[in-house]
Amino acid sequence: MQNVTVVGAGLAGTRAAEALRREGFTGTITLLGEEVHTPYDRPPLSKQFLAGTWDRNRISLRLEVEELGLDLRLGRRAERLDLPDRKLVLDGGEELPFEGLVIATGARPRTFPGTQPQGVFVLRTLDDAVALKAALEAKPRVVVIGGGFIGSEVAATCKALDVDVTIVEALHLPLLRVLGPELGEICADLHRRHGVELRLGHGVADLVGEKRVEGVELTDGTVVPADVVVVGIGVTPNTEWLEGCGLDINNGVVLDRTCAAEGADGVVAAGDVARWYNTLFAREMRVEHWTNASEQADHAVDTLLKGREHAEEFAPIPYFWSDQYDTKIQMVGVPGDQVVIADGSVDQHKFVAVYGHEGRTVGAIGFSLPRKLMQYRQLIAERAPFPPEPAG
Amino acid sequence: MRVVVDFDKCVSNAVCMGLVPEVFEVRDDGFLYVLQEEPPEELREKVQAAERACPTQAITLED
Repeated sequence: MQNVTVVGAGLAGTRAAEALRREGFTGTITLLGEEVHTPYDRPPLSKQFLAGTWDRNRISLRLEVEELGLDLRLGRRAERLDLPDRKLVLDGGEELPFEGLVIATGARPRTFPGTQPQGVFVLRTLDDAVALKAALEAKPRVVVIGGGFIGSEVAATCKALDVDVTIVEALHLPLLRVLGPELGEICADLHRRHGVELRLGHGVADLVGEKRVEGVELTDGTVVPADVVVVGIGVTPNTEWLEGCGLDINNGVVLDRTCAAEGADGVVAAGDVARWYNTLFAREMRVEHWTNASEQADHAVDTLLKGREHAEEFAPIPYFWSDQYDTKIQMVGVPGDQVVIADGSVDQHKFVAVYGHEGRTVGAIGFSLPRKLMQYRQLIAERAPFPPEPAG
Repeated sequence: MRVVVDFDKCVSNAVCMGLVPEVFEVRDDGFLYVLQEEPPEELREKVQAAERACPTQAITLED
């Protein structure tokens, strides 16, 4: 293989480029990024960057473009993948031949249909964060639509900036689908204790306001007044450019257990766009977290260089963190249908809860107890019986 | 091999501790302690993994 093209210059894409060199690949590496910005790290966008405590320089990804000899092309978008001719068609029609391909195009925020009035934001990119940060300076009334991680973090940052904020969530608890009712209740309590108003159990009927947003109308007819609305209702993987190209696309690029794309040779994918079967948890996954983007990029490159038949299965223990207010929420593994509090105090928001599924320990979530939480990682790896013996 | 932690960047997520408990320890005071600043060569791969896995890029491995 003489050249590899990496599509996407977020964390997964930049890690893939680094991994290629680390594994001894000496050919050409082309790294395409749709955004004009040099690669940056996204997690701080809703936290330290939005709060103004970290600047642009501090969120740059450590990427040695010259040392690695990368052909980094920013502000370029892949429009189409031609698998039979092994080439990409870029915006403007330029064709880029490749031998190996890493798909790392990530995901983009879901939005409401139709034209949005001014004052409605999403948060995914640096440009999004700069715009929202500027809007918060006037101390507006903020409504966050969606009580997921991004919405919860934005709400927490708003409070740190002394901005009034309400979270609107269609389900009756925040993070209910991700963490279950027990943890959802605790997360709701965390918001309330910090003075965030929660409007739970009613979806959004409409955004009120012609030119500028004035409020959010809920399905029960009430209107929550707003000067700024932040929409955090999940993401869609960026796969439109791959439609009809011959790859298996189904809520992400479908990979085999080694991260090689189904339906083509010499094509791998990593990060938010990638769906694969994780044998450790016996389930299909598409993970939208930082650590997976990094680990999967490393693994996908290994698979690309070794070839599918010699490659290893990618079976990681997922991990994510979310900083909200002064609480550090972290999770290893996956949620299960059973949950027990294993350490600490829920009331003080310092505890570890452990998830079980079919008699096995499958996950653990910690609130501000990183040391204790990490001790459950090994139990999850071993598929220890549930509930587990308390960790030391 | 020398492990350098930028404590201005470290937010004590303990990912490094999950990977290499021989070298990294987040204690109950919430701070990260480097147990071995010059870990033995056989830990190199694991420490490199911790360097890449650190969510705030706070770990650097110097030769």
